[in-house]
Amino acid sequence: MPDFTMIAAVGLVLTMGIGMIRVIAGPTPGDRLMSLLLVSTTGVALLLVFNDRLREGPGLLDAALALAVLGPVTTVAFLVVAARRRPDSDAEDGRDH
Amino acid sequence: MITDAIVVALFVVGIGFFTAGSVGLLRFPDLHSRLHALTKADNVGLGCIALGATIQAAELSAGLKILLIWIIVLAGSSLVSFLIARHFPRRT
Repeated sequence: MPDFTMIAAVGLVLTMGIGMIRVIAGPTPGDRLMSLLLVSTTGVALLLVFNDRLREGPGLLDAALALAVLGPVTTVAFLVVAARRRPDSDAEDGRDH
Repeated sequence: MITDAIVVALFVVGIGFFTAGSVGLLRFPDLHSRLHALTKADNVGLGCIALGATIQAAELSAGLKILLIWIIVLAGSSLVSFLIARHFPRRT
């Protein structure tokens, strides 16, 4: 089927839309962080699905690689800043994580 | 034609896992349960789609790059799940 790529792409974009609901309505910042990570990985899947259509060079795969690395790096940066900012008075063993 | 059928089946399974992960992210009651949904969608869903894209790829270097993308997402998402679960502990 030549048009299955488009059906798969529409399905992945709908998945992104469902994931964005949790970004808006998440009660904690951790929920919003996780949902953005899911949307980013769905974007990687979207670029991989389109790899067969656009075969002029490896540019699409390089963009997918950059997006795949960007998700965890951004999340780790956010968590390091958040861990430095909050007072760790409710830690179980009392030491700074 | 067999190759196309296998690729379409893998894409359908992968998109099914992604949809299940998104719906689970929406419907689970707690942050730690949502982490479960997120890692299933990330690892298995992207694995199926990456496998389908590797079968469909033009040359070997593109296929190896797709598998590298999957391995990086695996490592990154497991690292991030652990850090998120540790940073927002359960208050029960």
